[in-house]
Amino acid sequence: MLDLKPDFGSFFKDETFTGDFTFANSPQSVRRFPFPFDRDDYMYSVNIEPHVSTRPGSVFEHAFDIDEHYVSEMRDRARVLARDPLRCQSLPHMELAGWDLLELLMESLARDYPQWFTLTRSGNDWHWVNKPLGIDQRFTFLDASSLPYGPMEYITRQVQGDFTLQDERDQNLWVDAGMVTTQADWSLDFDIGMNFFEWHAPVPLAHEKGIFERALKFLLRLQHGAPVRRFNWTMTVNPLLDTAPETYPEWGAMRTTVTPQNVGEKLHLRVELQSLFRLPRSNAIAFSIRAYLGRFDDLVTVPKWGRRLHRVVRDVHPDLAAYKGFLRNRDAMTDWLSHHDDGAPTSPGIWPD
Amino acid sequence: MKDATMSLPPSILSRPVYGVLAPRPGLAHLVIADGAGAGAVADLFAADPGIAGRAHVLYTPGPDGGDDWAVIEALGAAQAQRAASVPTLLFRLARVLLDAKAGTQCYLAGSEGLIGQAERDLMAQGVPHQDIQKEHRGSTVRRVQCVHCKGITEAVRTDPFVCSHCGLSLYVRDHYSRRLAAFQGVCIDAEEPGNIPPAVEKFA
Repeated sequence: MLDLKPDFGSFFKDETFTGDFTFANSPQSVRRFPFPFDRDDYMYSVNIEPHVSTRPGSVFEHAFDIDEHYVSEMRDRARVLARDPLRCQSLPHMELAGWDLLELLMESLARDYPQWFTLTRSGNDWHWVNKPLGIDQRFTFLDASSLPYGPMEYITRQVQGDFTLQDERDQNLWVDAGMVTTQADWSLDFDIGMNFFEWHAPVPLAHEKGIFERALKFLLRLQHGAPVRRFNWTMTVNPLLDTAPETYPEWGAMRTTVTPQNVGEKLHLRVELQSLFRLPRSNAIAFSIRAYLGRFDDLVTVPKWGRRLHRVVRDVHPDLAAYKGFLRNRDAMTDWLSHHDDGAPTSPGIWPD
Repeated sequence: MKDATMSLPPSILSRPVYGVLAPRPGLAHLVIADGAGAGAVADLFAADPGIAGRAHVLYTPGPDGGDDWAVIEALGAAQAQRAASVPTLLFRLARVLLDAKAGTQCYLAGSEGLIGQAERDLMAQGVPHQDIQKEHRGSTVRRVQCVHCKGITEAVRTDPFVCSHCGLSLYVRDHYSRRLAAFQGVCIDAEEPGNIPPAVEKFA
């Protein structure tokens, strides 16, 4: 077992993503929120760009962003996995890709956050220290018996965001492994083993636009050392990280608790910063799906975001609103947001003015 | 013979594509069918009279009870067995696959549930995708996995339907897993418990 001995220190927040929902973004965290809309309307596009370090302090500074919610998110992941181990699965041929992922994550975290993570290597003898989670582990790289879990599960219990590993065969990508506990309503257990078109089958409108064919062609050319990123988004009532189809009967009714008075407090824009990395040994592709929750009350403190969020929610295609699960509350959301939109033009791009 | 003209609704991207069985040269021909799939097998044998002498047919009645075993029996296959159900057919199939030679042509015909499960087992044994042909005939009932309890309900006719394992009312999502050979069923009244629309017969 991975025995968490969390140390919140002065930076990490002790908060919950279920039950009493004490999750909240600090003012600094609101300012660095990855607001996903670069214009006043939204429709699917491939929208992939190089995942390069930009804007120190932003979510784009490091390959894998560790923020104030890290320790609590890892505690929430352990809670979800204890209830449902099927949220983490790896088909037998994916173990090497799991080691690739472990190496990528440990190297990145130790390089970018030396105050929290250290990695010491001597040949295949590795020593990993994760101070915030209280982990000190010596193990043999590529020897699964030297870790308490398989390599993918071991490391993704220690990194924010969901992860999937895609095997490449027959000019297609196959989702053959994953750690999925912070998802926007999709089931790894159902989708594992599917190819790129199969697992995207339920997405409306995008197939007809040829989005997935273009995206797959692009991803098959992905090179090691040249990762890419894109945004996706949805809406979540209450800061619930784990909106899994498996537990929908437990959280679905929260969607009916929205009133005109509590929209700002209840509604959260859920942004996925998705990044893709070609892995060196397995030639698999690692897909990081990092979810950020932004309370409407907080987002509208940035005037540009308030105006733009109103226009996007008001005008988004109803099929997309339904797929993203907020058709029921769209009118209440639009009414509430309209009070934060004075009709002024907005500047291009996602950043606050 | 059962009406073989029943058609599936427009396909979705995660669902297998079904064609029409066509004879291919092969050392052996493994034929797996249920219900009205017997008609597709008869058409296949008629298209190439050479198949029968090298064919092994596994057959079971369809999910609607339709039993065209007499059609199969009359084809003169080298080997033909009638199984009592899909699970018992798959049990026999596992034994047959132990001895299957490379280059054996595989033909699947009948209901989506039978085709999906047989294809899953064939591929698990390493039969290449291109050596498997599939033709849908007859019943359009669905095999559905409850995304909540993971139980599979066979021969689903209505939407919504009651999960045969956990009892939740599920709607059938147009999302299909080849690994499970099943569609996905999702709780229909999660947001407003008890608000369950009347079941509509969608699959027959």
